[in-house]
Amino acid sequence: MSLKDLLTPFTAWKNVFEDSYVVKDPFNDRPGADRYRGFHKNDISECIGCGTCEEICENKAIDLVPVEGIDTKDGDSGLRPRVDYGRCCWCALCVDVCTTNSLSLSNEYTWVSEDPEDFRFIPGVDKKPWDDNEKGWKKPEGEYNFYEPERVHMEHLEPEARDNSFIEMVKGFSKEQAQKEADRCVECGICVATCPAHMGIPEYIKAVRQDDIEQGFKILYETNPLPEICGRICTHKCETVCSVGHNGDPLSIRWLKRYIADQVDSEDYKKVLGTENIEKNDRKVAIIGAGPAGLSAAHYLALAGYNCTIFEKLPEAGGMMRYGIPEYRLPYDQLDKDINYIKSLGVEIKYNTSVGKDILLNDLKREYDAVFAGTGLHLGRSTRIPGTDHEQVYMAADLLREISLGNEIPLAEKIVVIGGGNVAMDITRSIARLQNKKYGKVDVTATSLESEDIMPADREEVVEAREEKAIVDPGWGPEKIEIEEGKLKGLHVKKCLSVFDEAGRFSPTFDEENHKFFPADMIVESIGQGADLSYISDDIRDNIEFNERGRMVVNEYFQSKAEWLFVGGDIIQGPDVIHGIANGHQAARGIDKYLNGDLKYKSE
Amino acid sequence: MKRNKLIWQPDRSKYPEHDSNGKPIVDLKSQKFTKLWQGPNHPGVTGNMSLELTLSGDEVVEAKTHVGYLHRGFEKLMERRTYMQCFPTSIRMCVAEPDSNEYVLSAAVEELSGIEVPETAQWLRMLALEMARLQVLLRVVPGIASTLSLGLGSQWGMYMREHILDRFEELTGGRIYHMYILPGGVRGQLPDGFKKRMLENLDMIDGFIKRIEDLIFSNNVFKKRTVGVGILKPEWVDQFGVVGPPARGAGFKRDVRKDYPYLKYNEIDFDPFMATDSDIYTRAIVRKQDLIMTVDIIRQILDKIPNDKEIRAKTPNVLHLEIPKGEVYARSESSRGEYGMYIVSDGSKYPRRVNLRGPSYTHAVALLEKMLINANISDVHAIMVSLQTCPPEIER
Repeated sequence: MSLKDLLTPFTAWKNVFEDSYVVKDPFNDRPGADRYRGFHKNDISECIGCGTCEEICENKAIDLVPVEGIDTKDGDSGLRPRVDYGRCCWCALCVDVCTTNSLSLSNEYTWVSEDPEDFRFIPGVDKKPWDDNEKGWKKPEGEYNFYEPERVHMEHLEPEARDNSFIEMVKGFSKEQAQKEADRCVECGICVATCPAHMGIPEYIKAVRQDDIEQGFKILYETNPLPEICGRICTHKCETVCSVGHNGDPLSIRWLKRYIADQVDSEDYKKVLGTENIEKNDRKVAIIGAGPAGLSAAHYLALAGYNCTIFEKLPEAGGMMRYGIPEYRLPYDQLDKDINYIKSLGVEIKYNTSVGKDILLNDLKREYDAVFAGTGLHLGRSTRIPGTDHEQVYMAADLLREISLGNEIPLAEKIVVIGGGNVAMDITRSIARLQNKKYGKVDVTATSLESEDIMPADREEVVEAREEKAIVDPGWGPEKIEIEEGKLKGLHVKKCLSVFDEAGRFSPTFDEENHKFFPADMIVESIGQGADLSYISDDIRDNIEFNERGRMVVNEYFQSKAEWLFVGGDIIQGPDVIHGIANGHQAARGIDKYLNGDLKYKSE
Repeated sequence: MKRNKLIWQPDRSKYPEHDSNGKPIVDLKSQKFTKLWQGPNHPGVTGNMSLELTLSGDEVVEAKTHVGYLHRGFEKLMERRTYMQCFPTSIRMCVAEPDSNEYVLSAAVEELSGIEVPETAQWLRMLALEMARLQVLLRVVPGIASTLSLGLGSQWGMYMREHILDRFEELTGGRIYHMYILPGGVRGQLPDGFKKRMLENLDMIDGFIKRIEDLIFSNNVFKKRTVGVGILKPEWVDQFGVVGPPARGAGFKRDVRKDYPYLKYNEIDFDPFMATDSDIYTRAIVRKQDLIMTVDIIRQILDKIPNDKEIRAKTPNVLHLEIPKGEVYARSESSRGEYGMYIVSDGSKYPRRVNLRGPSYTHAVALLEKMLINANISDVHAIMVSLQTCPPEIER
């Protein structure tokens, strides 16, 4: 034992004179650190209730619950996360995975409440004192991501390679690309609710991820009998609402659908889908129009054993998908792949048979047990400005049909297209290709009432049209067509200030000072199409309800007041392919119910 | 009546008698023995664990360890969680030093799926691991003395530890459960001014070490109570799989950071301290030297840490992160010794089996039973704490 060992411990006495370290008022004097993971906050207006927070929570502390005042709508489940602080471990994985960046943690760490129920609350809805705290844990922007925010690049034909041919321009995913893209999905299901056909999108994306194409293919056909077509030209409302798109690119859901459908050979369809032996019954259903709605109805009715006959006015099936959409977007062989499978289920298609002319609707009523009409919108609408009666003014739908039929269309060197929708872009780009072929140069201008940001056409259509050297000059309202000595000179337009009024009704306003002139030898109108319902004879018409806008009124199964007649597709909803498919599917269910005596137009 | 004089450390060679296997013959009815349960609440351990002691007078003749008071099962829970969900679960397997859990889980996942961790993230991981070691040692080094009723050092240590927890709060957003090291990288950059504040804290800790050297290590009473007490025989080291400071105190220079360098430890200059006396005092000294070394390592890390934006590797979507089939053992050096995690993956989203190899299991369950024989009842806590047992990690 040394003397040092005896004495040195007493040096501790000198600490008696040191100040103690005390936080006197921890509630106020000591805020949490900038990144502290304290209590939850949620920006309710940003949150879409996608549920990824619930999905990743390892303690099941988060439940998505309905909230008063928040409605379920496209892109919003109407639910909001409720956090249970009896379970939460404040790991903040929910914040890191949040697709909208709405969820965060404040740096508040003290909370006193006598009511145990308080500790299960909906952040953002149940107001808390820390809601305005700026500091706390936030999703680390740009530092890391729990899922890839950028989509896998889809290969397109270069503008030079496509601008004078109708070869399909989107190349499609390879297996690696598709799996990589599928990996980005957070499986929230927001897309399923928005898709008119309610396709099992997360499920088939999962099948891509797991390389189980057959499973994916079956999932596609559960709700959509035209996957090759929808995989190419669907208006993909699913992608518009995709939760991943809130901070990054939405998933390429459409291309993934196409990827699955492309992987299955047409010979294998029946084997994969298990439709080799379908038991037929003796009931007959007539379908008017071989468009998406008619084909979809025929497909599901055929699966249920009904004998379906489709009456098609044109020489081939497909409707607007064939005669409205140019081949570079939807090649005819892919179209035929889907249609041939439906035909192979025993669906008969009578081509060149116009109902109302070659056969009357009353005959169908007599000969068949039920009738489904999906006749679509084929009559082009006119702007009715002065000069539209000139012979060099055409309708886009007519021209597109002629191109598909393989006929030559009138093609001037200088063309103006009126319209800003997808059909307008289709005709613009088709004209650009034809001009390039014929004249070696492109001179086509598309002008629309809507300005660039609210143009109804898909964004990529506009971009690609410009890549193909077409001019897109939106935001102009057509005034009149100048005709000099019987010869078309061009289109006078004025600046459009707004298209819709405050109530959202169509009521354009113009700047009368700002005018422009597009010189042209030929003008194409593409401002929408109307229905031709002349095949419905007057005696039947009297039995059908129409609303004030002239549309037929149908019940939830698309059954009209004349109970044997079901109507769907563009003439009821849309216009687009996926609504047609959904309508056809639902109508098929309705026809099945009706023929089994379970369905009335108005349920009591 | 003549009163027997109390004799300190009486000669135990006569009783209890031993059988032919060398086991003591304990007949409780003879009234020469006492059964004593220490725990499950015990002042000397950081969790719930029990010792069933058979005493003869104040001396332990038989010791049995009992665990199972925490009712947990994290290894099993992890089998029903995705790899990303495992990460907040894993940290609870050792409350005192959660960062090692995060690291071994992440390292195992990364090794199996071939994820390359960015360089900055590796340095930040090392920083978090060393800070965790620092805060544990600040508690444990004076903690050994406080089990012998010298609590002052512990109070100082706790005060120092609070500063490190403040730094943790800044860096990771949490004080105890940091949840900082996740598969692929880490969750945050160094905050502004962090280095400066950390270096100030380290200077403070230098002063603290000096003070506990005076208060504890040069303390005659502490030496009397610890030198030659709680001997861990060197031959037990390999038999029981002893690692970390207890092994280094027994003459085995075992340190995963040196033997199997991970992260950037081979770019750091350090030499683990080794001693041979293998008693409580030596193990305390080893830990104190570890503390000094840790402070030095953190200074080196702060000096060398690159300032790069990238802190997490790109991984597949964590919501359905699947790991290729296979098995892996990832290890790190925790303050208690080698800390490893064995993961078997069947190629799905969930681990098929997770097994945690923590030092406490061998130290506190098997080894302690041997070390307590012939110990004085008042030394039992000190022996337990000198092995730094952590029951949560036994019942993982």
